[in-house]
Formats: sequence, structure tokens, C-alpha cells
Amino acid sequence: MELFQIIILLLDATFRVATPLVLAAMAGMFSERSGVVDIGLEGKMLGAAFAAAAASSAAGSAWLGLCAGVVTSLALSSLHAYACVTHKGNQVVSGMAINIMVSGLTPTLAIAWFHQGGQTPSLSGDARFQPITLPFADAVREIPVIGYTYAELISGHNILVYCAAASVPLVAYILYKTRFGLRVRAVGENPHAVDTAGISVELMRYKALAVTGILCGFAGSYLSTAHGAGFIREMTAGKGYLALAALIFGKWKPVPTLFACLLFAFTDAVQARLQGVELPIVGVIPVQFIQALPYILTVLLLAGFVGKANPPKSIGVPYIKER
Amino acid sequence: MSDATAKFGAPAKVPAWVNLILIPLVNLLAAFILSGAVILIVGDDPLQALEVLIYGAFGYPDAIGYTLYYTTNFVFTGLAVAIAFHCGLFNIGAEGQALIGGLGVGLAALYLDFMPGWMVIPLAIFAAALFGGFWAYVPAYLQARRGSHIVITTIMFNFIAASIMTYLLVEILIAPGGQSPESREFAEFTWLPYLHDFLPFPNTPLNLSFFFALILSGAFYYFMWHTRWGYEIRVTGQNETAARYAGISPARNIILAMVISGALAGFVGVNEVLGVHHRLILDFSGGFGFVGIAVALMGRNHPVGIFLAALLFGALYQGGSELAFEMKTINREMVIVIQGLIILFSGALEHMFRPRIESLFKRRKATATAEA
Amino acid sequence: MTSHNTALELRRVNKWFGPVHANRDISLSVDRGTIHGIIGENGAGKSTLMSIVYGFYQADEGQIFVNGQECRIDNPQASIKAGIGMVHQHFMLVDTFTVLENIILGVEGGARLDQGLAKARKELQRLEQEYSLEIDVDAIVGDLPVGLRQRVEILKALYRGAEILILDEPTGVLTPQEADHLFRILSTLREQGKTVILITHKLREIMAITDNVSVMRRGEMVAHVATKDTNREHLAELMVGRSVLLQVEKTDAHPGKAILQTRNLNYVDADGVQRLKDVTLDIRAGEILGIAGVSGNGQSELLEVLGGTRKPTSGQVIFKDEDITHSKKFNARDLRKIGLGHVPEDRHRSGLVLSFSANENTILGYHDLPAYNKGTTLDHAAMISTCEEYIRKFDVRPPNPHLQASGFSGGNQQKLVLAREMEQKPDVLLVGQPTRGVDIGAIEFIHNQLIRMRDAGAAILVVSVEIDEVMSLSDRIAVMFDGEIVGELDARDADETRLGLMMAGIREKNGSPHAQQDETVA
Repeated sequence: MELFQIIILLLDATFRVATPLVLAAMAGMFSERSGVVDIGLEGKMLGAAFAAAAASSAAGSAWLGLCAGVVTSLALSSLHAYACVTHKGNQVVSGMAINIMVSGLTPTLAIAWFHQGGQTPSLSGDARFQPITLPFADAVREIPVIGYTYAELISGHNILVYCAAASVPLVAYILYKTRFGLRVRAVGENPHAVDTAGISVELMRYKALAVTGILCGFAGSYLSTAHGAGFIREMTAGKGYLALAALIFGKWKPVPTLFACLLFAFTDAVQARLQGVELPIVGVIPVQFIQALPYILTVLLLAGFVGKANPPKSIGVPYIKER
Repeated sequence: MSDATAKFGAPAKVPAWVNLILIPLVNLLAAFILSGAVILIVGDDPLQALEVLIYGAFGYPDAIGYTLYYTTNFVFTGLAVAIAFHCGLFNIGAEGQALIGGLGVGLAALYLDFMPGWMVIPLAIFAAALFGGFWAYVPAYLQARRGSHIVITTIMFNFIAASIMTYLLVEILIAPGGQSPESREFAEFTWLPYLHDFLPFPNTPLNLSFFFALILSGAFYYFMWHTRWGYEIRVTGQNETAARYAGISPARNIILAMVISGALAGFVGVNEVLGVHHRLILDFSGGFGFVGIAVALMGRNHPVGIFLAALLFGALYQGGSELAFEMKTINREMVIVIQGLIILFSGALEHMFRPRIESLFKRRKATATAEA
Repeated sequence: MTSHNTALELRRVNKWFGPVHANRDISLSVDRGTIHGIIGENGAGKSTLMSIVYGFYQADEGQIFVNGQECRIDNPQASIKAGIGMVHQHFMLVDTFTVLENIILGVEGGARLDQGLAKARKELQRLEQEYSLEIDVDAIVGDLPVGLRQRVEILKALYRGAEILILDEPTGVLTPQEADHLFRILSTLREQGKTVILITHKLREIMAITDNVSVMRRGEMVAHVATKDTNREHLAELMVGRSVLLQVEKTDAHPGKAILQTRNLNYVDADGVQRLKDVTLDIRAGEILGIAGVSGNGQSELLEVLGGTRKPTSGQVIFKDEDITHSKKFNARDLRKIGLGHVPEDRHRSGLVLSFSANENTILGYHDLPAYNKGTTLDHAAMISTCEEYIRKFDVRPPNPHLQASGFSGGNQQKLVLAREMEQKPDVLLVGQPTRGVDIGAIEFIHNQLIRMRDAGAAILVVSVEIDEVMSLSDRIAVMFDGEIVGELDARDADETRLGLMMAGIREKNGSPHAQQDETVA
């Protein structure tokens, strides 16, 4: 039972860590599948985290905070679209610019507005998304294994965790079973085909980036108003890049990407638990190694040592109608 | 036929000064205007901020020393990003390369100090190039031979580098009996001399690396435009098919350009570790690698432009720390905002003002020739 | 004006691309239920015109009438609505999608795909049977051979209810069998009352399948004729605008020994497609060997293998009596040093770095010669003076060695490349498409330079898709088809019919011509 409990607790932590990764990776899915590289996931999340915490602390409502987070992220995503789609700018540079700008802007505004050295005030009550106890969770807790798993692992998360879980089938459905998804995939593979089919390439990419913005808004809001209780500077701490890595590791497909996020989150949960623990044979595994593992895996994958990733064919290339 | 636009910065038939001076200035102005708006929003006076910034960067000798000390780092990373750009590559990993370069410096200074200083210092500089170059070699190799995208790989390598540094400083290199993750101080004879050690100059971190950066800028110019190796890198960057046709191996040049790029970024370690901190610490790279992108973009990948852009950012960094003292609500993070906006306007949005400005000059030229 | 039987009519259409007048006052009338050919040389403006009809570009002036109604066609959507479908030269398909997904892209019929897909599946089965297209709608397009992909494009247009189908150079990428199948499909379409517009520069196809033909030359429409009232010679004359096909003045060649030879050369590309099959050639000193063939039949790969940028899969390459196949010298850089010049087929893609100045382009591929280097330093003075010399000898305009390569016209760019490769006095010169996109004046100059070089004893290999050029320039002609040399003949014995048959893959029996004059009449 001891081991079982540890596993449940590990998985529970995994879910909480995975939530922003899943949301951000699903966000990146739309951008990248439509042919626009998005290394600005980090900046959009950070911007959303700040906006959500700021609005939530001002209005006392986590939901209003979420709205502010989504709007902010959407605005940043539109800026990315304006630079990369309208002006055909370099997509990596644009993402980089957004990341850097937001990492400066958030503490600047936080200091100016809240005078707490770059943080927002601590959130509590309605200003924060609270855990939801699913029906019968308490009743079945005593049932061994199943009941305990239900109560501890499935129940008791906040609404955004469940949103993240729901986002994966939803994204898969949109991508593969709807007109919008078909067009997004087409525009990332061969924009010329889309153009000659009478669909505006620019508009499609704008739409895809709008979805990216919305989902990133959820991811960022989760960090500051659900997982944490307020905004702390640089609170994304590379999660946007990690989500990007998960997206690549999941070969730009929703379900494999989900598993990549879970894998990365799991290594994080294990890492927190394994600190200083002596393992048989290998001894103490350095924490830093486990932290770097997702990045190492992604590099190995991209180099073709672990399977083969086929990125969308037109990714990173601005669409120019040729003569 | 669409004009085959060069990958970074399309050439145009307008007077050179428009391209090299006017357009960068317009982009810079746009970034400053928006930054001013941010300062207004947070409730301060942008003009006063500018004044503080300029005074803080150039107003007194100490300030100039600090400004030039930051400039040194930006010249290194700006050149690093630029040589990769010339080869058509985006090296977003200068940050990690700087860290690993600094590691090389640290190891040399920590373990070779049985030798005299005149031997250790060159060896440490060489180690910076070697380690930084190696950290760029791996992504370059993976791009050239296995087709992985260098942008993603170098991002990943930044994180991996940070993890390695943390591990080494926490577990291995930590000073005996020390609490914080940093190595012991190097023997004093291995330190890179400060400027104030041999010139009548105030006590600032400015050290010999500044002159090293200037020498490298000259070498960069010579290499890029006056040797066949630089020529090959530029051909590869502009047109890979033409390179192959001309018997120039793109793979070889990608690797060469990236190794040089990594070595240049590694020299940040010389300035920071050997010149200032005199010990290995965490995060001494301080985002300089990312600023290098802005510097290279603004400087149009030319050493003169890079120096001017590096000076601008050096001034922003130094003046920015002054802001925090003098102004009510502005902190040095404001500088990061400006930096982001500069990357935005001179990089991502470079095609926003350019066509308009160019057509202005083309039209004028056309009417001039029509009248003639 | 517009008879009720006119499917498509254009009136005085004009289109400029910058200073280039791509379409000049074009008028055209296409009858319903016919196959209408539009013929012209490469660059005559055919594709531009049809892109205007399809709404991909907008005409600067002029009117378009569909079924007698004036139509504004501002985008492909408007054109699809007007019942126009187009099969582009480069297929507009998403390789990772199934046939079905490709076909419904843009006409999904609702936000959810399932109903649209089901409906399309049914409709496609009907269309397929009607036109015997023989295609699996669930196949991934990227896995299909080229001929089938083209049929997907046709299906796509039909599914959108196209009454007028435009095909842009549809046979350029097809095998003869596939082309025949295509023509059968087009005939069926005509029987069903559809209107087909066939853009091509191949006379054979026009004669074989069309009812009417319009001829374009240098952006203008120069003639409209009924196919039955004309013949190939007449059309060819209209197309080039001269009664005599390009004739180069030259004396007989005095071939010496073979300098560059290939023996059973094979090349399989990264996709596993065999691009060269057992190619055996002798390129002899003092002789121009021309390679004729429809583009895409292995000529490009042959040039690239011989130029040292691709490694052959098997076979031998012999240079000056030495088998260099496995030698270290067999790469683009070292081949230049031992006397091989190479003018590539596409000067923009490979021959020049457009953003570099003329003088920097002067040393491309020769940049490590001692003449351009002083120790480790590039000798800019030498580069500029060499470039000035080339400019003078080849009459390049404007004569400015500092001008960016992109600032020169096509002909002058080509002269820069030719000068660079010829002035090193190579023993062998490989030339791909010597005059593609080059103005008439420069063509003559370039041809004369090549002849002069031949007379000086160089061995020259010319690859061109322009059959006239091959015929007038070469001393000996080899014809390539599907990666193979299907025949080789003395240029004096060559005529368009013989070559045309061979280019279609029909081998001659023991070298004797058995041309059937009306083989092409369907």
C-alpha cells in the first residue's frame, strides 16, 4: 500500500505539473500545424499569468482573471501573426521578441501597480481556482485501489486541470474531424494548395494563431490563479519551451503530445521526490540530469535517434505568392 | 520571378546609408516610442527616464567603464549570432555557449594554476573558445548531418547547459566548505587585468576583454569579407544550392560557422569569469546571449554595426540600473522591455517600415533620372 | 459578339509584372465542348494568362466573359464559382492528405467533415466511373505516382463543378503511357460537353488532341486557327515568329578523342527513383553533344552527376582516360581544377548568388584559385579586374562589376555565368539550358561563343529542352527518355519528327529512321 500511495501521489503531482504543459502544447499545435513556428509560447503564458493574477486580485474573481489572461495572450498571439503573417517576418525572431518583451514588461507593470517587488498580491478565495471534489469522492475513498485512486487522483483538482484533460480530445477532434482543422493542417503543409482552393492563407494562419493565443491564456492563468496563488516574476520558468519540446516529441500529434507532456511532468514529479535518494545500482541520480532529461530526449528525437519527427512541411516559411 | 530574397535582410537598390543608418534608426525610434508609452503607463516621465538613462550610461567616468564592460559581452554575443546569420543559421544558443565557455575558463583557471599567469590566461581564453565551440558543434552537426532544426536544438542546449552548470557547481566545483553554488576564487595571478590596473581609470569591471572584443571585431570583418572561408560561409548562407554547385560543402560550413559562433559566445566567460567574478558562479551569462540576437539584427551583421548596437545595449544595461535608483516606478526590467521591442522592430517587423522607406527613395531616384 | 456557344472569352487582357509586360492585349474565345490548345514557347505568357483566368493573379486591364456573362475574377474562389477549374503545372495537393481530403479542401460542405466526406465519396465514385479515372480515394497523395496525382487534380476540379478545365503543361511530368491516358480522359470530358483548355509548348500534343489552337509569342496572341487547318510546321513558325528555326552558322566539327565518358551510369535519388539508367556517352573534344528530351527525363541529374554535385549509384565516369568514379577528384570543386566547366540549368538557383555583386559571383567555384588569393586574403582587386574583363568580352550590361547579380537582366546574368565557366578554358564544358529566359540578341551571342569554344577544341555537352536549340547547336544529338539514352544520331540526320519520336521514348530499330508522319493523329 505504501508504494501504491507513493505512485498515486506522484501521478497526482504529474497531473498538476502537466496541466500548463498540455494546454500550451495544444496551443502550439495550432500555430505550428498552420506553418508558424511558435517559440513565443513562453512569453504568452507569462503574459497571461500576470494578467490573470492582476485582474483576479483587482476583481476578486478567478474567472475574470482567466478572461484577462486569455485576452492578453490573444493580443500577443495577434502580434506574432501581424509580424509573421502580415509582414512575413522571421518567426523565430518574433517569438523571441515576444518572450523578452513580456519578461521585462510583467515585472515592470507588477512593480508599478502592486509595489511588491514584481509580484502580485497573494490570491485566495474566489480569486483563485479551487479544487473541485467530484461526486462521491469522499464516499468511495475507503474502497481500496479504485476508490482511493478516484478520490485522490481523479477528484480534487481545479477546473483548469480538467480543461487541460478535455483539451486533448477536443483538439484532436478539431484537427482531424472539422473543416477548420483540415484547413489548418493543409495550410501548414502546402499553403499554395490552400490558396488555389480559394481559401485565404493569411486568414487561416491568423485564426490558428488566435486559437493558440486562447489556449496559452488558459495555460498561463493556471500558473498564477490555480496552481499558484499569484504572479511571481519568471514564473513560467521555461515551461513554454518545455511545451514546445513536448509538441515536437509528440510529433505534432495531440495524443502523443499529451503523453510527452505527462512524461516530462512525471520526470519533474519524480525529481522532486528523488532528491538525494540512493537508488539501487545507479546510486543518486543528479536532480539536474532529470531536469534536463526532456530536453535531451527532444534533441535525440530531432536527430532521428528516437523515431523520426516529420514537422509540418511549410513550417517557418512565410507564404509568398509566387510569380 | 520573385526576387530571391536573402534569408536575413534582403538587399535593395537604395542608397547604402538608407539601409545601414536610416532604417535601423527608424526601427530604434519606434522601439523607444513604445517604451516611452510603457513608462507613461506605469506613471513616470519618459523624457526624464531617458535623461537618467543617458547620464547613467555616459555621465561620469565610472558609468562609462560599466557601459563598456557590458558592451564587451554584447560584442561577443552579437558577433556570435551574426556569423551564424551569415551562414543562414539562427543561433539562439549563444546563452548556453557562453555558459559552457565560462566553464572552460573556470576549469582552466582552477586546475591549471600551477602554471604562471602568462600561460594560464591564454589557456583559459582558448578553453572558452574550445568549450563554447563544442557546445555549438553538437547542434551544428545534428543540423548538418541529421537534419534536426538548429533553432530547437540550440534552445534545448541552453537548458541542458544550465543544468550542467548547476550540477557542477552544486556537486563538484563548489568551494570546499562553501554554502552557495560557486567555485573557489581563482588565484589572483590568473585574473584578467582591469583597465584601472594599468591606466588612470576609475575602479570598474572594465578589463582587457574589451580590447579582445575590438580585435575580434576586426578579425571578424577580415574573415567574413576578405578570406575564402568567409566567402564560403556567405555563399552557403545565401544560396545552399549554389554552394553545392560551386563545390562548397554546406555541411562543413554550417559546422564551421557554428563552431566559430560558439567560440565567440564562449568569450563572454572570459569577460565575466576571468575578468570580473574570478570564480565560477551560476547564471553569469545573464541573458547576454539573447541580447546578442538584438545586437546582430540591429547591427546588420556587420562588426561596425554590431559594435554600435552593443554600445547601445551596454548603455541601456548600465543606464538601466541607474533608473532603478532615480525613478519612482521604473526598474532595470524596463531595459528588457526596450530590448524586446528592439528585437521586434528591427527583427520580426523589419519588413514593416522598410518597403515604405525604400519606395520613397526609389521613387525619388526614378523622378531624378526621369528629369535628367 | 459572343455567340451562345462560347464558354470563355477574353477581351484585351493586359498584365504587367513590374516593367515586364507579360500579357499584351490578349483576346481569346473558346468554344464550349472543345479542347482548345494554347501554345507558345517557354515564357510566352501562357501560364500567366491562365492564372488570370483562374483568379490567381488579377489582370491590369481587360474583360473576362464566362458563358457570355462578364465575370470579375478576383480570386480562385470566384473562378471556381464561375465553373472554371485548373490543373497547375506544379500540383496543388497536400501530400500528407488522402485523395478524398484533398478533393474536399475548400468545399468541405459544413463545419464538420464527416458528412462532407461521405457526400464527396459518393460523388467521386460517380465521377470516377464516368471518366474512368481509376483512383483510390483513401490513398495518401504523397504515395501516388505523378500521373495519378494529376488525376486527383482533375477530380478536384470536376468535384467543384468545373465546366471549363484548364491544364497547364500537363504532360511535362508524365510518361507517354500516362500522357495517353490523360488524353483519353480529356476526350471523354469533351464528349460530356466540358470545355478543356490545354496549355503546352509541345506541337505533338496540340495536333493530337485539340480542336482549335491559339498561339502566343512574347506575351501576345498571334494566331487562332482550327487544328485541322494547320500543321506543325506552320504552328512552329507562328510560335517562334520566323520561318527558319534558329540557325547557328557553324562549320563541320572535327571531333577529337573523347575527353569525358560515362559507362553504364546509374543514379537512384533519395526517394528511390531511378533517374539515370545505364547512360553511356562520349563527349569528344571539338564537338558539341546535345541532349534532347522532355524536361524531367534525367537530364538535370546527368548534369549534376557529371558536375560532381551528385554521386552516381553505379557505373563509371572517365575523365581524360582516367576512371574518376571513385577518385577523390570527383567533386564539384576538384573537377573544376582538372578542367571541367559547368553552366547550370538554373542560374538563379545554382549559378549565381543573387545578393552578391557581379565580381563576387565571378569567383564562385573558383574562389580558392591562387589568382584570387594572396595567402589567406581574397584578392578583391583581382576579382574586380577579372570581372571587368569578363564584362568586356561578353558584352555584359550594365558594365558594373559592383552591381548585385539580381540587378542584371536574365541574358546578362547568363553571360556572367558563361564567362566565368568558359574563361577558365576548361577541356569539358557542361551547359544546361544555355538560353533559358534569355533575349534573342543574347541567344545568338551565347551560341556563337559555344561554337567558338568548340572550334578551339573543347568538348561541350549541351542540355536543352528547346529542341530547336539542340538541333541547331549540336554536332551529335543524344535523346534522353526516362533516364535512358534512347538514341544517338548525327545532327545532320536529325529532324524534329525523328527527335520527337525518340523524346516520346520510341526507339528506332537499328538506327534507321522509320518516321511515321501521321503517327500523332489520334
